[in-house]
Amino acid sequence: MGGLEKKKYERGAATNYITRNKARKKLQLSLADFRRLCILKGVYPHEPKHKKKVNKGSTAARTFYLLKDIKFLLHEPIVNKFREYKVFVRKLRKAYAKSEWNSVERLKDNKPGYKLDHIVKERYPTFIDALRDLDDALSMCFLFATFPRTGKCHVQSIHLCRRLTVEFLNYIITSRSLRKVFLSIKGIYYQAEVLGQPITWITPYAFSHDHPTDVDYRVMATFTEFYTTLLGFVNFRIYQTLNLHYPPKIEGQAAIELKPEEREAYALESESYVEKLSALSASLSRVVAPNPEDDVEVDEFPVDGESAEQEEARRKEQELLEKQKKLFNGLRFFLNREVPREPLAFIIRCFGGEVSWDKSVCIGATYNVTDPQITHQIVDRPSLEKQVIGRYYLQPQWVFDSVNAKMCLPVADYFPGVLLHPHLSPFVSEKEGDYIPPEKLKLLALQRGENQESGEEEEEEEDDEDDGSEEEDDTDREDEGRLKKMEEQRSQGKKLPVKVTAGKVKLEDKQRLALEEQSEEKRLAIMTMKKREKYLYQKIMFGKKRKVREANKLAEKRKAHDAAVKTKKKSKKARRE
Amino acid sequence: RVSELRRQQPSQRGLAGRGGRPRSQSPTETLSRRIQADNSGLEQIPTAQLESALSQALPKRPLPTGCSQSLPGSIACSDMFPPPLCPLQDIRNTVGNIPMEWYQDFPHIGYDLDGKRIYKPVRSKDELDKFLEQMENPEYWRTVQDKMTGVDVTLTDEQVALVQRLQRGQFGDVHFNPYEPAVDFFSSEVMLHPVTNRPADKRSFIPSLLEKEKVSKLVHAIKMGWLKPRKPRQDTPTFYDLWAQEDPNSILGRHKMHVPAPKVPLPGHEESYNPPPEYLLSEEEKLAWQQQESSERKLSFLPQRYQCLRTVPAYSRFIHERFERCLDLYLCPRQRKMRVNVDPEDLIPRLPKPRDLQPFPTTQALVYRGHSSLVRCLSVSPSGQWLVTGSDDGTVRFWEVCTARCMRTLPVPGVVKSVAWNPNPSVCLVAQSVLLVNPCLGDKLLYGATDQLIDAYTAPEEQRLQPVTWEVPAGGERDQGVRLVIKHGKPVKQVVWHGKGDYLASVLADNSNLQVLIHQSSKRWSQNPFRLSQGQVQCVLFHPLRPFFFVATKRHVRVYNLLKQELAKKLLANCKWLSSMAVHPALSPSRHHKKALRSVAFHKHYPLFASGSDDGSVIVCHGMVYNDLLQNPLIVPVKVLKGHALTQDLGVLDVVFHPTQPWLFSAGADGTARLYT
Repeated sequence: MGGLEKKKYERGAATNYITRNKARKKLQLSLADFRRLCILKGVYPHEPKHKKKVNKGSTAARTFYLLKDIKFLLHEPIVNKFREYKVFVRKLRKAYAKSEWNSVERLKDNKPGYKLDHIVKERYPTFIDALRDLDDALSMCFLFATFPRTGKCHVQSIHLCRRLTVEFLNYIITSRSLRKVFLSIKGIYYQAEVLGQPITWITPYAFSHDHPTDVDYRVMATFTEFYTTLLGFVNFRIYQTLNLHYPPKIEGQAAIELKPEEREAYALESESYVEKLSALSASLSRVVAPNPEDDVEVDEFPVDGESAEQEEARRKEQELLEKQKKLFNGLRFFLNREVPREPLAFIIRCFGGEVSWDKSVCIGATYNVTDPQITHQIVDRPSLEKQVIGRYYLQPQWVFDSVNAKMCLPVADYFPGVLLHPHLSPFVSEKEGDYIPPEKLKLLALQRGENQESGEEEEEEEDDEDDGSEEEDDTDREDEGRLKKMEEQRSQGKKLPVKVTAGKVKLEDKQRLALEEQSEEKRLAIMTMKKREKYLYQKIMFGKKRKVREANKLAEKRKAHDAAVKTKKKSKKARRE
Repeated sequence: RVSELRRQQPSQRGLAGRGGRPRSQSPTETLSRRIQADNSGLEQIPTAQLESALSQALPKRPLPTGCSQSLPGSIACSDMFPPPLCPLQDIRNTVGNIPMEWYQDFPHIGYDLDGKRIYKPVRSKDELDKFLEQMENPEYWRTVQDKMTGVDVTLTDEQVALVQRLQRGQFGDVHFNPYEPAVDFFSSEVMLHPVTNRPADKRSFIPSLLEKEKVSKLVHAIKMGWLKPRKPRQDTPTFYDLWAQEDPNSILGRHKMHVPAPKVPLPGHEESYNPPPEYLLSEEEKLAWQQQESSERKLSFLPQRYQCLRTVPAYSRFIHERFERCLDLYLCPRQRKMRVNVDPEDLIPRLPKPRDLQPFPTTQALVYRGHSSLVRCLSVSPSGQWLVTGSDDGTVRFWEVCTARCMRTLPVPGVVKSVAWNPNPSVCLVAQSVLLVNPCLGDKLLYGATDQLIDAYTAPEEQRLQPVTWEVPAGGERDQGVRLVIKHGKPVKQVVWHGKGDYLASVLADNSNLQVLIHQSSKRWSQNPFRLSQGQVQCVLFHPLRPFFFVATKRHVRVYNLLKQELAKKLLANCKWLSSMAVHPALSPSRHHKKALRSVAFHKHYPLFASGSDDGSVIVCHGMVYNDLLQNPLIVPVKVLKGHALTQDLGVLDVVFHPTQPWLFSAGADGTARLYT
């Protein structure tokens, strides 16, 4: 038998993977640099199918990368920049140690840097890809924008994050593409639809951060480095689609610049631009002024294979969307100083409302509290001493709920001091069999145009009536019981030995029988299933049952809660009476 | 002296500043007190220093007058020292700077310049004198005792002033100014004392040629445009249209297997700052949540309710969550997982409806009650009129099928393991474990004929060696119907009749080759068909038509041809323990029971199977065998019959079909037999 001896682990799966340490050695990078490279290039480990085979027989826990990925990293120009940077740091340290300040200066002037443009292009070959992956980038940039300008990270990157996020918000306002907002306990979620792609991001509440110690800020900073580059290019592109200047220019900037002394009092010259933008109160100027005549009516072509019904539904949806975009058109809001200004101004402007605030809160206030044209004032305090007639005083939740409901909700539930309805997540779409909270049902009914309130009141009245009749029933029953007892006592003396019990007529419920038969058939059929299919079936059914169980639990909890509230109300009522 | 005083001064000032003593008493009083307090040990630092300053000043009283200008205090000393006791004498003590305590016990206090003793002045004043002196002497407050001579000295005005100045922390010298302006004499500007006195070089007056050359070079470079001022570093990144020439069909440059990162799941109602009340956790749930590992938790946060937006605090784990997301993005292996998106209804096989497969037993019709212990076995007469059951209570009961009436009860010694009704319709015989019984039921002609048949036996001339002995019972037993007794050496597990009704096979609880015996009832002789044992035999069976004999061990079923006397087939069962079998052209072990299977049965005419198991249920299946051999036989379970109660973890022990009707009998561990129709 001739031929070469076959060696183990020289072909097959073992050659497709490389451990992290080996990859690092191959790239001649330190672990920190390797990590940075992986983050920037979007390289992630792979879990081999047969770990032991790839691990050359050992079962030790190791991270594996695809060999192809690592080879791909070998040609990355940034790797060289990393090495240059390493050399730079070494030289700098040396110069410092020797106190050669001239060379320190010179070295610092020639500090090697790198650009990530090509990596963005490479990771997102098309613009839509970039949009799809924008969620994390936005959330991260919004977080970094709130960091203090000291210590934790480079101040420049924080400034950049702030600038980019403000630009993005301005785009969303101009394009009116915000769809959903949600006040969670973690922060505020926003969902916008940019060029047909849903983009969701979260911003923290405006408080200073309690910086945790077990978080590696270097990793986050590396991510932010990439994300800012990505977001910058995306911003440029989306501004282009709307014919807006990039970097953005505020429309009618001259008017604002008339009062320089005021502006200087507020912010430095270098910062005033971003500050003015972040006020979110001014609209942006366009490269070409929009001409209303240019808006050509788009011809509609029916999509192939689409029935008339679908088309109708689509058109309806489109109309609804248009309506939602103009939700706050013509409304004039004023934000009290205790409500979070930025999110509310952003949301209101996104849906066409006008918004202003106290001049001392932020730059960019356009009108005063005393403006008689104000229709809504957003207030978040238990009571107000002085109320102006002709405007609604509302809690901020009204804005959020209205946006999610795609309609201006009745204002009575949101007056200051009123106990608010629960705030529901707009991201949940209940399917068949899921638990739907009653508030959502009410909202759906409201959207359908039904008037729910009158029905509710009636219900309550009915409840009261029912209670009365029940009591009567109870008394009747008690009477009967007493009579029976008396009869029994009387008849005990002369008990008859033979007793005839009347037969009961068994009513056959045909429907139930049919159902039972069906279920038995099903049970029998399940018995004949093959083992594998049976396992799968049981697994699916287990999941379904769990879902049902959870839904039932929620419903039960709600019922108990409602009952408790009702009894409390009743007892209060009784006490009052 | 001056320098000494100066040196003392700052420390004193510092100490006085630190001390800050209350000055309620007049300064003079304190002074004298302090000076006298010296011996008593209540030494306070500033006083001690004053003292030393004084003591240094006092003995050097007769100083030369030349010195007096610079030290006015000392001048005063000379003026002051006409002491009242000895105005003419110069009594200077010559003992030097020694502790004066050494002279405590002597009458003298030292020696004067002439070497004569200086005697201590007589101190005969009592308290009254002292007081009177204090009252009378206006100089008393400035009188101090000189320790060296023991003489009382009255301080002059200058001396008192000096003491007061020192007390205040000032310099002793009145004319000394501690705040004189500083005069620079050597710095970058003033150099009163130059370092060298060398005259300047010539080259320091002539412009350098080397520098000129360098400068002209630079000038030339600038003129030619080679040298440009350094551009300011631009830190702000520039953005442009990166996707200007994008290829709509391009894929990720790296590899086609790229898995985009999954998005973060969107928040539900429970994450709201004001969620519906049902989403809030109760106390127990909260406790459970807190005790769970953070990786096991279904929710990463505790749902909370806030009355209004104003009260919502910052979320403390916000940075953590973003960081964890970052870690997920670059550390987690990604894998595409195919989620099974199957409608579970599609998995259920389409079977013919049981309604279409009727008849089969559907309901429990009769219960045969009477046995007091579990009913192990039952058998139906070939006519279908009678049923025989054997129980652990040591009785065999004969029932009429249609009425559930117990016709006869036959007590037997021991447990009845197996009963079998002779399948020959013309013979009325029931084989039990060891007995052949004529139940004397039904047609009298018939059972009479059976008796005749048994009695017609004539013993052969030569007795053959048999593994068992055949006995004919007499007396009471015969009256009860027992016709023959086959005495086995070991307990019998099972008896089976051959289809013709003459032969019967019995299985013994044994491990040897004597496990299976075949008996011929008409000739009353038995034989042992196997020479070797093949493991523990579970049950045996005769083929209903052909001369085959089935022997089931734990894992195998062996099929023997009785005519050729050889092994025809060996079947391997796919179950752990074979316990029962029935012969049918298409037989498949049913796997529907949850617990161990006890017995199976098939119907002679209808395509029905039944299996009874320990879970107390009997499953009836409809078996369809197609003529087309390519198609698998279809076995459809049509009914699950329940009725037997579980006793001692045992349910149904035996099932038998009615020979003609689609009826099913089952024997249960609860002491009943049941009929399902």
